[in-house]
Amino acid sequence: MRNYIKYMALSAVLLTACEAELDNPIEDGGVYTSGSADFSNFVSVGNSLTSGYADGALYLTGQQNSFPNILAGQFALAGGGEFKQPLVNDNLGGLLAGGNQITENRFVLSVGASGNPGPVRLSGSPTTDISNVLTGPFNNMGVPGAKSFHLVAPGYGNIAGVAAGASNPYFVRFASSANATIIADAAAQSPTFFSLWIGNNDILSYATSGGVGVDQKGNLDPSTYGANDITDPQVFASVYSQELNALTATATGGVVFNIPDVTSIPYFTTVPYNAIPLDAATAAGVNQAYAQYNGGMALYASGGAITAAERDARTINFVEGQNAAVILDESLTNLPNPAAPGTFLPKLRQATPDDLFVLTASSILGTLANQNDPNSVIGVGAPVTDQYVLTPSEQALIFAAQASYNTTIAALAQANGLAFVDAKAILNQLATGGITFDGGSLTSTFATGGAFSLDGVHPTPRGYAYLANQAILAINATYGSTIPTVNVGDYNTISVSQSN
Amino acid sequence: MKKILFTSLFLFSFATTFAGGYRVGLQGQRALAMGHTGVAYVNSAEIAFFNPAGLVYLENKINVSAGGFGVFSDVAWQNTSTGQYSSTDSPAGTPFYLYGSYALNERLSLGLAIYTPYGSGVEWPTDWAGSHLVNNIDLAAIYIQPLVSFKISDKFSVGGGPIFVTGSVNFNRNADRTLTDLEGNRSNITVDDSGVTNWGWSVGAMFNVSDNFTLGANYRSEIILESTEGTATFANFPDSPLVPANGDTSFTASLPLPAELTVGATYEREKWAFNVDYTRTYWDVYEDLDIVFGNGRESINPRNYKNSSLYKFGVAYEASEKFSLRAGYYFDESPVRSGYFAPETPRNDGNGFTAGLSYQVSNSFAIDASFLYLRFKEIDESYDYVSDGSSFGGTYKSSAFVPGIGLTYKM
Repeated sequence: MRNYIKYMALSAVLLTACEAELDNPIEDGGVYTSGSADFSNFVSVGNSLTSGYADGALYLTGQQNSFPNILAGQFALAGGGEFKQPLVNDNLGGLLAGGNQITENRFVLSVGASGNPGPVRLSGSPTTDISNVLTGPFNNMGVPGAKSFHLVAPGYGNIAGVAAGASNPYFVRFASSANATIIADAAAQSPTFFSLWIGNNDILSYATSGGVGVDQKGNLDPSTYGANDITDPQVFASVYSQELNALTATATGGVVFNIPDVTSIPYFTTVPYNAIPLDAATAAGVNQAYAQYNGGMALYASGGAITAAERDARTINFVEGQNAAVILDESLTNLPNPAAPGTFLPKLRQATPDDLFVLTASSILGTLANQNDPNSVIGVGAPVTDQYVLTPSEQALIFAAQASYNTTIAALAQANGLAFVDAKAILNQLATGGITFDGGSLTSTFATGGAFSLDGVHPTPRGYAYLANQAILAINATYGSTIPTVNVGDYNTISVSQSN
Repeated sequence: MKKILFTSLFLFSFATTFAGGYRVGLQGQRALAMGHTGVAYVNSAEIAFFNPAGLVYLENKINVSAGGFGVFSDVAWQNTSTGQYSSTDSPAGTPFYLYGSYALNERLSLGLAIYTPYGSGVEWPTDWAGSHLVNNIDLAAIYIQPLVSFKISDKFSVGGGPIFVTGSVNFNRNADRTLTDLEGNRSNITVDDSGVTNWGWSVGAMFNVSDNFTLGANYRSEIILESTEGTATFANFPDSPLVPANGDTSFTASLPLPAELTVGATYEREKWAFNVDYTRTYWDVYEDLDIVFGNGRESINPRNYKNSSLYKFGVAYEASEKFSLRAGYYFDESPVRSGYFAPETPRNDGNGFTAGLSYQVSNSFAIDASFLYLRFKEIDESYDYVSDGSSFGGTYKSSAFVPGIGLTYKM
């Protein structure tokens, strides 16, 4: 029997020795290298795209799939440390201030009464109150809504300014003090590596509001800007340079992203310009109603007040089938109304493929502007107003500012030896054909393409994972590191749920 | 009495994974110690499994062998292109056997064999990278077989009998690579069934070429377990008509327990015995694992196994009146084709090293012990037939260590 005891003891020893062990286990470290970079304290600075915002809200699982958190997970394979994020409380995503809801809950894809799935706001009472300030520091310093100059603006995290729009409820949650700046809070952590993706909102808020803001080119005082204005390129260059200086002071390296085209995101590419279906009789009736306006255009053109081209653009004509919506275009010539002296003719024209309708236009097109007037169908008898359409002249302002920002970003990235992600090119690729991965593809198509969440602006976790991979490739190329990319197929796209 | 026996049998958890596919080659201490050989080796009641034709050549009127094993197997996986890694934390399996024979007369013996030749117990961390293929699986089958062994002459005998199988399965995996509820919990499906029964048979023949040279052959039939009464549980699906509803539904699935043919030879001289066995397992019956759910969903999983071979060698040495020593080796060819390497049975070719001993306590009683170390080469493999068109792969490394203990009784 003693022999058996000995034998069992021997077995136990052998048992431990026999555990399956890979020849070169990732778990033990040493498989991946950080090159000349030091990932031990990674700090991410930016706006909603850095925070993990998606589906029109900042919610828990979205934050867990933020691109910096995905990056940090991979950095951990080569010396990366803990990555703390200012997590919200729930997966509804709405914010409270003193118990009152101040931002909306997230979108989910819900099947409506008609049987068709569409995005709806998830119902429920959110639990994240901004007056409940979290104790940092936080590695993820992404603040939804922040523009380039907000990162250096003291008081941007002061709760007293939230109601007036002078400060940002998301930064209030984790600012180190009421007077703190985002960039100072980031730099105070002495990052060894950083990411900076800022400037999107400097054009995007103008774009998503259909161009109702002002192009502030030439105005160097951002404190005078409205929420939907375009930031002056010199202001951008100046604050961007300051921000990089603050971050590069301690970091061994960093990765920066440029600003994608607004035309590459589904918020501007989903609603077609010609969303008005009419039968022949209705079209004829509508044309009759516009006969007087069309006649006026012909008259002004023959008199030389407007060009023949403007006359053609402003001549309204509906036909059987799909029709371009009638829109209000403030860039058209002011023409006195001969029938009512002292007033002017409305600046109407039909949309062209060059006009970009914002996603929210889908909810007003075809509805009545005036519930009591059956002829006020929006897009037909009543024009689609400015905030729903980005006209070519408005787009031109956006592209000019964007081009300048991107020149600044590329130049400063090169000057500082930073990894550079051409987000503009990446999103254009998603918009113009997409990319394929193991078992699927990723495109910009709204709801079904996989890359963009249900707000039409922010990526899905899978979209963020793809961006993280692009950042990893840029970092490896710049710093000689060997960080592995993630499998984008492991990351979720949009969420389905009935909202009730 | 029979009922009590059955109940106590079911208390065993004998899930394990090794030997190609979900075959568990642990059907006797003495045989295992000799590389799991024994189709021509008449030594104890273990021959009931290896070749019932040999029962009639046992020297004693009553022979009983019983025992069990502790199976400690684990699998490590990693994918260097993504940095993902994981390893199983599978529960120890405890396969067992009970064999008995009774010699009615010179020419005829009766026997009973209860054994667990198929099973699989793999437990990956929940929601690991391959969780859309398996989180955990627990397959088990108990074979219960009455036997008859008939001596045609001193040189030649046959034996065999019907097999009653009762099996169970519990299998959990995530719905796909990404689906979650709104809280981020992965949507998953568990199928569970037990008491799945069917019948099969085995037959063997033995030929004593000379006093010390014996040939044997044994064939065990294929048995297909059809699961129709079990429960499939859908959990953590989001509330939407676009995805299946949470809760229980029925399912049907079938799992083949393949046929195997073994031929072998034994040469005995003085205190030595040498065994050589060759086993062919007809795994090509395992074409796919298809689960059809009562809610209209289905899960189609191609397996496309190929027939595989086992090459086994063993030696025994009677060291003294009290002690017998044994050692062996086998080469276990995997039935899994390249590109079909699924993590619920992650097996490549293996090398089994075995040893063991018996201690004769008295004239009738002996205690048997054995151990097996099953070694697999590290392998880069993938499963390329995931229903969404993706492939799941990486580097796998498996090992199994199996100590066993049993009793031999003769009278």
